[in-house]
Amino acid sequence: MPTIAMIMLRKLSLCLIVNSLLISTSLAAGGKLLSTAGVSQIEGAGGGGLVPWATLSGYDSREQISTTAFLSQVNVDDFTLKAFGASVSFYDRIEVSLAEHNFTIDATGLKLKQDIFGIKTRLYGDVIYSPLPQVSLGMQYKTLKDSALVNSLNTNNNAHGADFYLSLTKVNLGVLFGFNTLWNTTLRYTNANQLGLLGFGGPKNNSRELVFEVSAAFLLNRYLSVGAEYRQKPNNLDLVEDDWHDLFISYSPNKSLSLTLAWLQLGTVAGANSQDGLYMSLVGHL
Amino acid sequence: MKLIILLLTLFSLACAHQTNTLYDQIGGKKSIQNITDNLVDQIGNDDVIFKYFEKSNVDRFHRSFAIHLCASIGGPCEYKGDNMKEVHRGMMINEGDFNATVNLLMIAMREAGLTHRQVNRVLAKLIPYQKNIVYK
Repeated sequence: MPTIAMIMLRKLSLCLIVNSLLISTSLAAGGKLLSTAGVSQIEGAGGGGLVPWATLSGYDSREQISTTAFLSQVNVDDFTLKAFGASVSFYDRIEVSLAEHNFTIDATGLKLKQDIFGIKTRLYGDVIYSPLPQVSLGMQYKTLKDSALVNSLNTNNNAHGADFYLSLTKVNLGVLFGFNTLWNTTLRYTNANQLGLLGFGGPKNNSRELVFEVSAAFLLNRYLSVGAEYRQKPNNLDLVEDDWHDLFISYSPNKSLSLTLAWLQLGTVAGANSQDGLYMSLVGHL
Repeated sequence: MKLIILLLTLFSLACAHQTNTLYDQIGGKKSIQNITDNLVDQIGNDDVIFKYFEKSNVDRFHRSFAIHLCASIGGPCEYKGDNMKEVHRGMMINEGDFNATVNLLMIAMREAGLTHRQVNRVLAKLIPYQKNIVYK
């Protein structure tokens, strides 16, 4: 993807978030119930923080188009990841997303950058109304920009990769002492190392494999939810890659905005072990 | 994963403690009346949703809705009216407007003094009707 497009994306996402903060909620494509849009996951798809869900990124109902932008930052012991992007959801059927990752190794200042184009389509159901979970199929195409480091790690020298995933998501109303709950299960077919930031495939395994991701959330009230996520990771490089975990709290005061804080446990990342830290994310919807 | 297990355990405990009906828990007939009154007011003040009710008989809607709600949450009422599909036939209620009406009902329930958890439980009982109401 040309850099100019990413600069425009950066401006667009900032602009959208600012607008979301300013506009009245009545202008938003708000055909869904509050808190049912979820947030934007780290790769730009509608979901939790780490895991893509079957829900699309916006509040669009079957007659509406909605636009979403996000800014997220991950600060773990030795690394910083800044992610931003935007997505458009059409008629509660198709979501298209663009995101950029800027990854910094704090000690050396070394930076890695990747772009992610995502597309997701809802195959079945409604997260609230259908008796079975909502089901969506998605793809994330990732392009690594600075592949010098990756070339040194990865004998196969892959700077592009595509993840495919199937997500099942269900909100159950009033089930846990009368509180609403959400659960999500995602099966991802991937060979991305650390989201793709360390390339795709490697000496231990070059081809894609199925990994398992889950989210569970407990909706404390109309605005606040707490939950946990787990994301299994491939382990293709000689550098160990651990599964990821997080605990999150998310606040959606209205259909234009949500704020999420999470405590991440990423395990070993690029040779540095027990990487724990904070995830912060701001999502705006139009 | 520990949290998920905890959630599942809590969930099983929650299921074991059902005593009186939801109808009783929310305050019975008086609450049903209040919710229905509030809902009619909310609809009357909402230009978008009111258009679906322009040709409706308000008293009839009030009566039918109250009985239907009462019967849906375990109250001592029997709904003998047309089923939800017939009631909404030809109205072409789209998903956004349906959800907007659900929002009005949530407001109506909160105004009637229901707690957040009671509102959730009532909505859970009404969810199965959605497929017979939208796009008919």
